[in-house]
Amino acid sequence: MRYSAFNLIRHGLGNPLGWGPAWKPASLKPSYDAIIIGGGGHGLASAYYLAKNHGIRRVAVLERGWIGGGNTGRNTTIVRSNYFFGESARLYDHALKLYEGLSEDLNYNIMLSQRGVINIAHSEHEMELMTRSVNAMLLNGIDVELLDRKQLLAEVPLANDAPDARFPLHGGFVQRRGGVARHDAVAWGYARAASQLGVDIIQNCEVTGFIRDQNRITGLETTHGRVSAGVFGLAVAGHSSVMAAKAGFDLPLQSYALQAMVSEPLKPILHNVVMSGRTHAYVSQSDKGELVFGAGLDLYPSYAQRGNLPTAQEIIAGLLEIFPAFRRLKMLRQWAGIVDVCWDYSPIIGPAPVDGLYLNCGWGTGGFKAIPAGGWLLAHLLAHGKHDPLSAPFDLTRFQTGALIDEAAGAGIAH
Amino acid sequence: MLIIPCPWCGPRAEQEFHFAGEPKARPVPAEQVSDQTWAHYLYHRSNEKGAHRELWSHAHGCGRWFVMERDTHTHQILSTKAPA
Amino acid sequence: MTATRLAHGGNIDRQKPITFTWNGRVMTGFAGDTVASALLANGVRIIGRSFKYHRPRGIMAAGADEPNALVDLTHGVRHEPNARATTVLLEDGMQISVIQGWPNVDWDIFGVLDLFHRFLPAGFYYKSFFKPNWGFYENAIRRMAGLGRAKTSADRRKFDARVDHCDVLIIGGGMAGICAARAAISAGLNTILVEDRPHLGGRLNWCGRVIDGMPADQWAQQIASDLNCRVLTNAVAFGYYDHNLIGVMETVQTSDPDCGDARLWQIRARHVVLATGAFERPLLFADNDRPGVMLADAALCYVRHYGVLVGDRIVIATNNDSGYESAIGLAQAGAEVTVVDIRPIAGGIQQRAEMVGVRVLPSARVIKAIGRTAVTAVDIRTNRGSHIRIDADILASSGGWSPAVHLFSQSGGKLRWDDGTLTFVPDQSPQAVRVIGAANGTFDPAASMSEAIAAINAIAPEKVSWSLPALSQTEKSVAIEALWQDPDIIGRQWVDFQNDVTFKDIALAASENYVSVEHLKRYTTLGMATDQGKTSNVIGLAIMAQLTGREIPAVGTTTFRPPFVPVSLGAMAGSRFGPLHSPLHQLPAHQSHQKLGAEFREYGGWWRPAFYPRNSEDAFATIQREAKAVRAGVGLLDASSLGKIAVRGKDAAEFLNLIYYNELAKLKTGRLRYCFLLRETGVVYDDGVVARLADDHYLLSPSSSHTKGVLDQLELWHQTEYPSMQVSFHNLTSAYATISIAGPQSRTLLARMESGIDLSDQALPHMSLTHGTMMGHKVQLARVSFTGERAYELTMPAGQGRTFWEHLMNLGQDLGITPIGIESLSLLRAEKGYILIGTDTDGLTLPVDLGMAGPLTAKKVDFVGKRSLLTPDAMRPDRRQLIGLRPTDDQFVPAVGSHAILQVDGTRRSIGWITSSAFSPHLNHTICLAMIEGGRGLVEANAHVTIFDRGKTTTARAVEACFFDQQGVRLNG
Repeated sequence: MRYSAFNLIRHGLGNPLGWGPAWKPASLKPSYDAIIIGGGGHGLASAYYLAKNHGIRRVAVLERGWIGGGNTGRNTTIVRSNYFFGESARLYDHALKLYEGLSEDLNYNIMLSQRGVINIAHSEHEMELMTRSVNAMLLNGIDVELLDRKQLLAEVPLANDAPDARFPLHGGFVQRRGGVARHDAVAWGYARAASQLGVDIIQNCEVTGFIRDQNRITGLETTHGRVSAGVFGLAVAGHSSVMAAKAGFDLPLQSYALQAMVSEPLKPILHNVVMSGRTHAYVSQSDKGELVFGAGLDLYPSYAQRGNLPTAQEIIAGLLEIFPAFRRLKMLRQWAGIVDVCWDYSPIIGPAPVDGLYLNCGWGTGGFKAIPAGGWLLAHLLAHGKHDPLSAPFDLTRFQTGALIDEAAGAGIAH
Repeated sequence: MLIIPCPWCGPRAEQEFHFAGEPKARPVPAEQVSDQTWAHYLYHRSNEKGAHRELWSHAHGCGRWFVMERDTHTHQILSTKAPA
Repeated sequence: MTATRLAHGGNIDRQKPITFTWNGRVMTGFAGDTVASALLANGVRIIGRSFKYHRPRGIMAAGADEPNALVDLTHGVRHEPNARATTVLLEDGMQISVIQGWPNVDWDIFGVLDLFHRFLPAGFYYKSFFKPNWGFYENAIRRMAGLGRAKTSADRRKFDARVDHCDVLIIGGGMAGICAARAAISAGLNTILVEDRPHLGGRLNWCGRVIDGMPADQWAQQIASDLNCRVLTNAVAFGYYDHNLIGVMETVQTSDPDCGDARLWQIRARHVVLATGAFERPLLFADNDRPGVMLADAALCYVRHYGVLVGDRIVIATNNDSGYESAIGLAQAGAEVTVVDIRPIAGGIQQRAEMVGVRVLPSARVIKAIGRTAVTAVDIRTNRGSHIRIDADILASSGGWSPAVHLFSQSGGKLRWDDGTLTFVPDQSPQAVRVIGAANGTFDPAASMSEAIAAINAIAPEKVSWSLPALSQTEKSVAIEALWQDPDIIGRQWVDFQNDVTFKDIALAASENYVSVEHLKRYTTLGMATDQGKTSNVIGLAIMAQLTGREIPAVGTTTFRPPFVPVSLGAMAGSRFGPLHSPLHQLPAHQSHQKLGAEFREYGGWWRPAFYPRNSEDAFATIQREAKAVRAGVGLLDASSLGKIAVRGKDAAEFLNLIYYNELAKLKTGRLRYCFLLRETGVVYDDGVVARLADDHYLLSPSSSHTKGVLDQLELWHQTEYPSMQVSFHNLTSAYATISIAGPQSRTLLARMESGIDLSDQALPHMSLTHGTMMGHKVQLARVSFTGERAYELTMPAGQGRTFWEHLMNLGQDLGITPIGIESLSLLRAEKGYILIGTDTDGLTLPVDLGMAGPLTAKKVDFVGKRSLLTPDAMRPDRRQLIGLRPTDDQFVPAVGSHAILQVDGTRRSIGWITSSAFSPHLNHTICLAMIEGGRGLVEANAHVTIFDRGKTTTARAVEACFFDQQGVRLNG
């Protein structure tokens, strides 16, 4: 059943429960052409593009819990492609462009809201670094604008401009195509579209082991039994190292809790997505009216999907320093996702050290914005066994050659 | 917020400490190891879910570094001891 | 309906009237009222409009579970856009108003949305609004959504925060909690009790029981007055964090306009006892959201605790015995009460209810609430299946109780479904926590008390020496009977009131395969409102189980996340606001700089003079003047923030040689060397001058913002990799002040200091140091230059920094001495091509990129980072290298961050960027430092590059990075 306003009215008048399942319940078959481990945004998008771009439809997505329940459903929903290095800019802009057509493509409203993503500079030095970044982006075809202090205040009138502000406003830059999207809808939209193309989405199915023939992965042990396939994709975000260990290798990753919080819903008070590198704070207001905010990682590795109080206080203090009006508001919910952080803060996309297995991991704090591209590129690898040019720089071998794509370093944040 | 038993000072609040990653044996002589071995030393981590060995310093205390074994899922601290 | 304030009873003080306004109308309540009880007593029925359909809503609960009664609250400087009326204590002068409803809450034009509810099912927005795109609709939808309106002015109130610890923290001051506290104190435990209401006692305040021969509320107050421990009331434990850290938010009643209205407590407890009670669940029937529909226990609470009888003719729908407790209390207060019980037979309490005039309809169900803006009647299906209508102004319901397991769940605790009580109850937790009383699913009072004692006995080294009070006899009870949703009922039935989630929405989610609990929540928004589903979670799960033919536990349990109730962001940040957010270091001579009119800026955590403008000088003119003064005469720079780390020990030389990029073991005593410290990845982490003071004694000068990091690195390497080496490190940065004296007249100035130090170039050549006495204090004098001029670094005890600074300024007046700031220094060093770490370098810069390749080949030991300089990428010939650029238009100063570009196949490709850029007053042209791919080759070729800045291009010539005095003669000038 296609989603449309017309059908919404038709069902409203007729059978309101007649839409049918968004994605079909499926049980695990003994073999597939391709299996994707992880039913988050990246995994579901991979399955969808495998079926759509490459015509491979005997595909299963195996999800340990419920689809979209990991970082896809826990992030702060920001989408942007304002990256410094060309490799990153091309990758994330590919994702953003796919996002721009995704509601139509999936026939599912993912509520892409291009409200503009603004980064604030709190010193002259930060302004210089932003100038460097803005020029890099412009040269890479990403449309961004540098803002002086006045322009910044016009965009973000609630930003703290008091004379004694701890972090004075010097300016900033904006990517107007950036914004937010509805995270759950991205997972569900891909699931529905993939399911319609024949993909089996198996929930509550945990992969407990890999079946190998010499250096090649040929099948999986799961809580739903054994299954074999030609190729396998791994898209399990924070748990990538855990799965890699089962397959017999390790990765240059460390898993951390990344916290996010929302305030109570409010009438519109903040238009853009605002980020302050100095305090690490980022905030936007959801369509429901909640301020959604977060900041840096918790300070030590964790697989516990819960936040820690000192970091939460730090995050809140950072936000309130930039938006002192928000000191009157209340925090409604606090949660955390487990993100796998790569040493250079860039993802790993490419073949694993074992044959037949391809990686999509290491997205760190930025996985949501990359979902369409992550899926697109993993699907390409699974279908062809080799890189799309977009994903080649993100191969695991970069750690041996030293050709890291270190965004934080490139943007002038010394390690 | 964790309570961390510093091997020298006893239990103290998390904020006094600084996490510095998994301890990795430095391959020596470094100049003679392969790029792959060096990359593993620099970047690859076991990243255990469960008992995880990690290096901490009591930065706002005695300043000493120590190895802590901590469950990364429950955040239970299993042991702390001086670095080998 | 007319709610009535009774003449007697309740924990309110009728001698203390309180005046407040509701939508501008002046009303009166009493001390002890909540905003909700006062509004009810004043006859307010419609408290707001619902989020989605704008249906009129009334007060439903009497505590943190209230879904409807969110109001806008202003009280002096305090403003809460979404205050929960049932938990805010009424104070004089409060201005309270509705947050939804236009033109007013009684006649809301958007109420028309309710007529279109058929077309607005759960998740309707996922199925529509994407043609042409979501942005087309979004702003209109945003304006419709949201609850209260936040104020946009800065809130500058002060919030403080407290920290405490204890043997046992008891959360919840109801019967179980106060018994546990009393027992814990008797067992000698250091105890803290936290209660979110203003009074201890919880339901004892309105349940009507008798304990130790006295009314339960009096008994509770007696125990409370006897509790010799820290008792926090008006304080809600909102978060259970790692290792038994509990976050508690205390409401602070204050008339001080500078003081925040909440205070965060972080309490670390050896043991936590949760006595958090339970929340009553409503029953479902058609139009169960009408104003006048409420929870049975809330109606009882209002009459007994606040002296407010909520209606005259009250119907109580129930599936368990506790509905009768409410019936009795309401009938005793004068209401005409009918109990509609789905069960054929109730417990012994039924008789007691009938004795006070309560009418009981057994095996009967409420199927519909009648009335649009207020309940006027109730439709009931009787035990014979016939439908009757009873006039009523209040329809209260009791669908059983759900333990408040939120904190337990946050502790990592697992829940277990209990079929007897039809609830999720606590099972196992990895933390030191025990759950007692209703929170544990123990609803019997005697059992609850025993649990409290047992919990304390299990953790106390001494036995509890307090004996349980005598409880009044309770009748035999009859078990609750499950009724989640009656399939025979037609009409809309609300599950989540605040988010307007109805039974149909859950049915839609089930039919669309959103069947796991998290999908249900997210798809329908069930339980995602500001009450976080306290009244709706279990019902929603049970309905999903019913619809999908599963057991309730198979649907799953929701993960409860902090905070238990919304908490003040201001209080969460505590004192970390403004200057206290992350305090800045000040220089020892800070006041001298202030007197000189310095413009201060932050540099790496230090608040330092950027430059010292005179009169109306702008920044550019000031910097040019200061820079010129240094090269013409003498300038003074406060360099006290520069790191000073002493490294001592037999193995100091060998150790530093392993750590630093440059050769340090062969450095002669009394000499200095400019060095890099690398990370193990080969990246330049820091630069600075290292001095050798003795064979076994070095002094490092890391950059101001890296001192701590360098010290950490030294300790780490020493303690983990080279522990057998005898070497130790001391951070002396804050013990000393350092003044940099630069310029051709610097030696003349220093000679006036009467130190006896031989200042000749033979005795004290460039890159050497000596010690002496000046102004009665020991000083260190080093010849080191950041400007290319003859320069000295004078280091004295920090306490003398100001005296020395002012003395030098006086001594140098006739030499044209000029204080200079960081920005001027930055210009001077750029003229010399000296780098600034973090400005000219970034997290990718290797020493070879900066033209310092020597040590890599010359130094034999395996220093930190060496191996990483040998990877294929580190040895690429086209790496970015530091060079100078001279713009063709030599008066034009390109922005730092401009890129150098190449045209490749018609597209522009960046080959690097400008890292420093300034107009040189000495050369009278612009100078730039830049990191450019294959830059040194470009310099050798004398090539031109294209400079790109936001669409505009200019050209520049690649030159050596050193623009000024390439031979370095001025170092000895």
